[in-house]
Amino acid sequence: MSHVILEVDNLVKRFGGLVATDHCTLEVKAGEIHALIGPNGAGKTTLLAQLSGELASDSGRILFEGKDITALPIHQRVAAGIARSYQITTLFPKLTVLENLALSVQARTGHSFDFLGTVTDETDLLDGALETAERIGLTDVLNTIVATLSHGRQRQLELGMAIACKPRLLLLDEPMAGTDPEESQRMGDLLNTLREDHTIVLVEHDMDAVFRLADRISVLVSGRVISSGTADQIRNDPLVIGAYLGEEESDKSGA
Amino acid sequence: MNPTPFNTAGAVQTPFTQGLPGPWTAILVAVALAIYPLIMSSLGQDFYINLGSRVLIFALAASALNLALGYGGMISLGHAAFLGIGGYVVAVLANNGVYGAWLSFPLAIGMAAATAALIGVVSLRTKGVYFIMITLAFAQVFYYLAISLPDFGGDDGLQMSARSTVPGLDLSSALSFYFFVFFTAGLAFVLLYRLVASRFGRAIVAIRENERRMAAIGYPVMRLKLAAFTLSGGLCGLAGALLANASTSITPHTLTWHQSGLLIVMVILGGSGYFWGGLTGAAVYLLLEETIADHTEHWNLVLGALLLFIVMAAPNGVMSLRQQLAKLLGRKPESDATPLAVTANEGEAK
Amino acid sequence: MTYLIIEQLLNGLQYGLMLFLLAAGLTLVFGIMDLINLAHGSLYMIGAFLAAAFYQAIGSFFPALLLAIVFTALIGIILERLLYRHLQRMSHLSQVLATFALILIANETVKIIFGAQPLMIGMPASLSGAIEIVPDELYYPSYRLLIIVVGLAVALGLYLLVNRTRIGMWMRAGASNPDMTAVMGVRIKPLFTFVFALGAALCALAGALLGPLLAVSVGMGESILIPAFEVIVIGGIGSMRGALVGSLLVGMIDTVGKLILTLGLRTVFDSATASTLGPTLASMSVSLLMVAVLYFRPTGLFPARG
Repeated sequence: MSHVILEVDNLVKRFGGLVATDHCTLEVKAGEIHALIGPNGAGKTTLLAQLSGELASDSGRILFEGKDITALPIHQRVAAGIARSYQITTLFPKLTVLENLALSVQARTGHSFDFLGTVTDETDLLDGALETAERIGLTDVLNTIVATLSHGRQRQLELGMAIACKPRLLLLDEPMAGTDPEESQRMGDLLNTLREDHTIVLVEHDMDAVFRLADRISVLVSGRVISSGTADQIRNDPLVIGAYLGEEESDKSGA
Repeated sequence: MNPTPFNTAGAVQTPFTQGLPGPWTAILVAVALAIYPLIMSSLGQDFYINLGSRVLIFALAASALNLALGYGGMISLGHAAFLGIGGYVVAVLANNGVYGAWLSFPLAIGMAAATAALIGVVSLRTKGVYFIMITLAFAQVFYYLAISLPDFGGDDGLQMSARSTVPGLDLSSALSFYFFVFFTAGLAFVLLYRLVASRFGRAIVAIRENERRMAAIGYPVMRLKLAAFTLSGGLCGLAGALLANASTSITPHTLTWHQSGLLIVMVILGGSGYFWGGLTGAAVYLLLEETIADHTEHWNLVLGALLLFIVMAAPNGVMSLRQQLAKLLGRKPESDATPLAVTANEGEAK
Repeated sequence: MTYLIIEQLLNGLQYGLMLFLLAAGLTLVFGIMDLINLAHGSLYMIGAFLAAAFYQAIGSFFPALLLAIVFTALIGIILERLLYRHLQRMSHLSQVLATFALILIANETVKIIFGAQPLMIGMPASLSGAIEIVPDELYYPSYRLLIIVVGLAVALGLYLLVNRTRIGMWMRAGASNPDMTAVMGVRIKPLFTFVFALGAALCALAGALLGPLLAVSVGMGESILIPAFEVIVIGGIGSMRGALVGSLLVGMIDTVGKLILTLGLRTVFDSATASTLGPTLASMSVSLLMVAVLYFRPTGLFPARG
């Protein structure tokens, strides 16, 4: 089995009296799609923000490729190879698809402090942006203003923004959020094609998608990982059934 | 220029492409501004040459603010501080017998930029209303300093016995001073153009549009904003140095928050986030003030009413008024050349 | 010396409480409506001018004070209906511009109506003397004591209003989370109007009370606006407690700081230099306090929003 790319060791995040991440420990192996599931308020989004660097951790460590990145600011984590997407679409709505993607590429290629270099030669940005557009299937709307795209396509671009950073580790926060079944299917296929080049941590509420895509699953309850394993192991773990799946089931039958 | 299909020429207007001038617009503006004083001079109208100098100086100050406010989205209510610092550096040096522009101007720019960097480090940590307030408070500190330090002349400010000296140039006449301002500000405008058309400029605009995403895709957002704020402050300092020379004096009034407000007014009048916004705004403001103040002593009442109207009718300023007008007339908004477009000339050709 | 300091402490308290009258309205408008109102000081100026005008017309202080409060509150309501309600939905930049415009308009209008000369308000004859606080040692003007008493009473009243009444509960909810408040079904528009009228009335109260002590003049609004802003930023936008603590802090630093700095500077500079430098450094130290507070607590001492 491949090496551990991301190691979360006793990570803690408190908001006042509330412990959102409670000594969370987690291992993600290189090349896998690792799903993070858990009931609402389990702290999935908080954990993701700590991994990406948006939230500072109170204690514990995050190791990426064996290096301690707990104190690194966001942009250095991106440079190290970690990029994230958002549950709520967070794009540049007034810019075109190509301009959005080019921004991601520009961050990677540097030159953002190149005050006086006139931007006549855009080949490097363009190549990177086009490459990503092809991967996420948005080549037909390159020059379209993002705000005018459908929700499903915006979700694709949301993912593309992270991919264009060329990360080794992708942190995806509910990529299927708000999509219809067809769009959701397409997103699932897309994620499947990404596993060749990226390790993926996937937070997702769509359980069918999770069990279809994930190599391994970790279950987060009250800021702690209570169980980690393959889809089958998780399905049959009594702890998980008690804490999470049971509740989901009863939700479903109740609805 | 290397043609790329990047935002295929003017196909769509985005914050990256709007308001950037093509070379022909720039040349036209430069030629017009160079001919203007010659005409006025032949008519013996020194007053209008001096007015022209003031317009160019405030155009520079407003454009400097535009970099932070229009492009970077940092609503600074304290840019008068940088204007004042630039002016006071020149005036204090002059009062100590140092008139050489080669020393006083770089020092004015440097002091203003250094102050902007310091203010930026503290204030960029805050957001929204807090940022507006903290820049205002910082500027007040410099106002208090100026009115209290005897070396700075207190309430009366400082007089200079002559303008700064530039080797081979006599700045005492209205015409020669105008051209000194013209070339200095012109250089600054070239620099500003290169800034906003560079990848740095694009990063700044994108941070204005979505700071969170910019951080998430790996930009050092804080450092970029600080760089823009510092550059903005430095250029405002240059405007201050010119301003002190224009009237051979500087008063604490230059440091008041009223002045900071007026700079914002100019940016908005001209179009925030548009390259010519500062120049247009300064020209419109100063010319309006000249004309209206001739007819009524209640110029501020007119200005206030005009501002209220602009905020309610066209929150993006005169430039967007122009676009709305064009839309009303059923025409596509006029588009200047675009930084990501195929060639810079296409926008002009229209 | 001790009595001099006590006197200055009382002056600081008096100045702080007047600042609080402005800051209370400002912080509520900021907090509940998320609206930056540069023209708050103009309401203070308008209140002072109305009080002066009514005083000259009827020659009696307290009725003039009451009339000024009522009319300024009315002006506040009209402004809220015509302008602020719309501004509330706009960007901070638009708010800065529009309220800046309002300052220009207010200053110019007042100048047209009342002229450029400062107006005077006579203080009530019964309060023009001084009260002996420590026999033969410490006298304090009764009028300034009245201001302190009124200020404390208003502070208490606001505390009760905000913490003990239904409308106060809405105000607190609005300041901590405006969207939630709307969802909860609080009718937010009448609340805005009420808050605005209250803020305007408090401005007028401060302006009219300070009238006999200061000259009532155009531009008086701007000179008190900056400290009022500093107060609410130090205290935390939207927080009534923050506004009170901030006001007293700023009032004390400004007043007592002036005295101590001037005396201290006299040991270094000649007395003329010290007398100009002292007050300036005191004003500067208030600005610097605000900067320091924001550096360590970017949302102020008592943040209203979680």
